[in-house]
Order: sequence, then C-alpha cells, then structure tokens
Amino acid sequence: MSALLDLLAAIGRGVFGLLSAAGSVAVFAAVALSHVVRPPFYPRLLARQMMEIGYFSLPVVALTAIFSGMVLALQSYTGFARFSAEGAVATVVVLSITRELGPVLAGLMVAGRIGAAIAAELGTMRVTDQIDALTTLSTNPIKYLVVPRLVAATIVLPLLVIIADILGVLGGFIVGVAKLEFNPATYMQRTWEFLEVQDVVSGLVKAAVFGFIIALMGCYQGYHSRGGAQGVGAATTNAVVSASILILTFNYVITELFFAR
Amino acid sequence: MSEAPPKIRIRGLSKAFGTKVVLDRLDLDVPAGKGFVVIGGSGSGKSVLIKCILGLIEPDAGTIEIDGRNVLAMRRSEREAVNARIGMLFQQGALFDSLPVWENVAFGLLARKMMRRPEAKPRAVEILAQVGLGPDVADLYPSELSGGMQKRVALARAIAARPDLIFFDEPTTGLDPIMGAIIDALIVAQVERLGATAFSITHDMASAQRIGDEIAMIHKGKIIWQGPADRIYDSGNPYVDQFVRGKSEGPITMEVRV
Repeated sequence: MSALLDLLAAIGRGVFGLLSAAGSVAVFAAVALSHVVRPPFYPRLLARQMMEIGYFSLPVVALTAIFSGMVLALQSYTGFARFSAEGAVATVVVLSITRELGPVLAGLMVAGRIGAAIAAELGTMRVTDQIDALTTLSTNPIKYLVVPRLVAATIVLPLLVIIADILGVLGGFIVGVAKLEFNPATYMQRTWEFLEVQDVVSGLVKAAVFGFIIALMGCYQGYHSRGGAQGVGAATTNAVVSASILILTFNYVITELFFAR
Repeated sequence: MSEAPPKIRIRGLSKAFGTKVVLDRLDLDVPAGKGFVVIGGSGSGKSVLIKCILGLIEPDAGTIEIDGRNVLAMRRSEREAVNARIGMLFQQGALFDSLPVWENVAFGLLARKMMRRPEAKPRAVEILAQVGLGPDVADLYPSELSGGMQKRVALARAIAARPDLIFFDEPTTGLDPIMGAIIDALIVAQVERLGATAFSITHDMASAQRIGDEIAMIHKGKIIWQGPADRIYDSGNPYVDQFVRGKSEGPITMEVRV
C-alpha cells in the first residue's frame, strides 16, 4: 500500500511539475509577444538574428534536405516495386518533403544548432549578470534579447523550408534520374501533377510554428538558467530536448488541423 | 540646523528564498554625496540588498526610498526614470561580450536616446580616457581585455550617463592588490567629479576604507553597526571587530555543511 502511495505521489509531483513548467513557458511567451508590438524596436538586432538563424543554418538544412530526398526516392522505389507502383516515387517524394520532412527535419536541425546557441548565450549572460546589467541600463531584457530572436526564427524558418523543399525534391530527382533511370521530364511532371498549394502552405505554417518554438525554448531555458557553467549546460540540453519534443507534438497537431477529414 | 535627508532610506526590508531568510527587517540610511560601504561575510545578504535597491529582486516586505520616493511603489516608467540616474558596476564587470568596448560604454546613452550612434563613439572614447584607457581599446571586445581593463570599462559604463547614485558590487574582487588600489582611486575620483553618492558592498577591508566615508556591517540580514570609516577598527562591536581583523574566533560562526 505504501509503495503504491509513493508511486502515485511521484506521478503527481511529475504532473504538477510539468504543468507548472508549461504555465511558466506560456507566461514567458505571452510577455514576449506583448513586447513584439510595443516600442522600442531593435531592427539591427533583428537583422543580426535573421542572419544567424537563417543564413548560417543554410548549409546544414540544405545537406539534410538533399540527402533526405535522395534516400526517400531510393526507399520508396524499392518498396513500391513490390507492387509495381514505381511511378508514384516522384509524387511520394514531393508530398513527403513539402508536408513533413522539409519542415520537421529543418526544425530539428535548427533546434540543435540555434536552440542550443540561444540557450547557451542567454544562459551565460544570466550567470555573468549581463541580463541584470541590461535592466540597470534602462533596457528591457525581454525586448532586447528575446523578441528579436523569436521574430527572426518565426520569419526565417519558412524561408529555410522553402529552400529545403526545393533541395529535397532535387535530391529525389537526382536519384530518380541518375540511378533509377526515370525520364527527367516524366519525373518532373509526376512531381507537379499531384502537388497542391495546401501541401506547401501546411509545411510553411509548420515551419513558422517550429521557428517560434525553437527560439522560445532557447530563450526561456537560457533566461532562467542558474548555477554557473553547469546551469548553462543544463539549459542548453533542456532547450534542445524540449524544442524537439514540442516540434514533433505540434507537427501532429498542425497536420491534424490541415488534413484531418 | 536640520540634517540633510538621506539619499537612500530603507525600512523593514525583508527577503527570504524558501525558508532561508536573507534580509530580516533591515533598516538603513545612506547619506547623500558620500561614499557608503556595506561590509559583511559571504551569504550575509549584501548582494541581495543591492539587487533589491536596483529593482532586480522584489523584496517580500519593507520600503526603499531614493530621494524621498518609495521606488517599490512606482510604476515601471517612473522606476525607469529613477534607474536612468543610477550607475552600477557589477562584480565581474558584466560587460556585453557581443559588443565592442565603446558600445558597452555608450550602451546606456544609446538606450536612453541621450545621443545617436555617430556621436556616441567619440563620447565613449572620452569616458574611457577618464578611466585611463586609450582610444585603441574602443574597438576591442571585452574578451580581449585583462581583468583590470574590464573593470575600468565597466566603471566607464557605470559613469557614462553622469548618474547621481552609483552602486559598486565588490569592485576589487579578482584583482591584484595594486590594480585594486588603482580601481578604488578611479572610483573615488569619478564619484567626486560627478558629485554622486556611492553605495558599495565589499568584504575587502582595504578597499572599504579607501572608497568609504561611512561603513555599515550586515550580518544575518540586519545592519548591526554603522559609523565613520575611520572608526571601523575601533567600533566597539565584537562582530565588526572579528570581521575587520579576520579572526576565526568570535561571535560570528561560519555555517559549514559537511
């Protein structure tokens, strides 16, 4: 009986802890969003963050997308050949890339690269009193540090995903034509034939949401980090893990909203 | 003749973190235009006190008046106006490592829109000269500077907006004795030049005597002694006496958990 009570207490503590953390993140996000529309604005910082999050993430997102498209073409060809459906390879590649793999893989890669960097930077600023210094210099740290990162990530992730979509399809095309011996014109025709605007738009909406999540979790974990180098390390890990889990969760929710019948 | 009102008046200030009481109904008057130093051991509440005054930590109870106005009851905009007249030198400098030195120094001037960027850089170079740094330092980043130079830059940032109240958190921590004395001399010179009130916390007694006209000692969240700096070694208070002479025996016991 006592062991059962201990188990229930442990589960209860875990649930309360999770709800408390979720509430704390929601309040942090609401405060940050309230500052998005209130001056002063920092366009110079926004531009710098767009470069950092978007431009410098291009190589890693591009490589991920192109190889994913190549693997997808190869895998679907060998699978579909079992029931003579090889002709669907181009359609499967483009739909998978635009709806799912483009936004999700770009989101996860950027979460690893940018979410960690944001958490480490803000965490270091927190433990070295730089965030307190901002306050003493009449600068709101949320407005100065969090808002530019949130806005930049929300804007540039869809742009990255457009590039990922193009390169993913290109990867499938290269394998389809060079290795699987599809006719290039037929492959391209199959690519466009069943693609709808909603497929691309849903992927871009996902990307915007993922961008917001990545920056939010990076900023939240970094802003609240405590306890020196160890605290910054924990904040970095938590930022990447929580952003990755939330990306996968919201991926399902957005898919449900767009495509559930 | 009536006595001048204090620059800072604190009454009944309390702050606890969980069950640990850090500030315990603390009362303190900081005279205007003087160098005021709070001394105390590690964990005595010095840093929490300074953060409460600056608005970085919200106290549980009490009042903090600056120039006769309770800053804890102010709206955000009023508080920001008060903060605009305050400078702060953090223990580790807290320089923004993503910005060059001149932008660190001019940060408050730019944030408060006191000047535009083209005018801010020459002004930052002037202020750097006041703390003994040449113009060649202006374009360096904080990570390229030694500890003493970082402290000078942090001092330059603290005085850039010509504040009338400046806080110093352990200004000589991490510096060798000579550099510590140099930084203290710079602090005294700049505070005198601005005619400001200086509020410092430290456990470095040599530094406390150099920068302080008046000293108070905090112990277990309360002010247990306050008096002129030249009376610190003759206070008649056994706690102060043990602390300033660094004696292991006395009424102050260190809590050591094994």
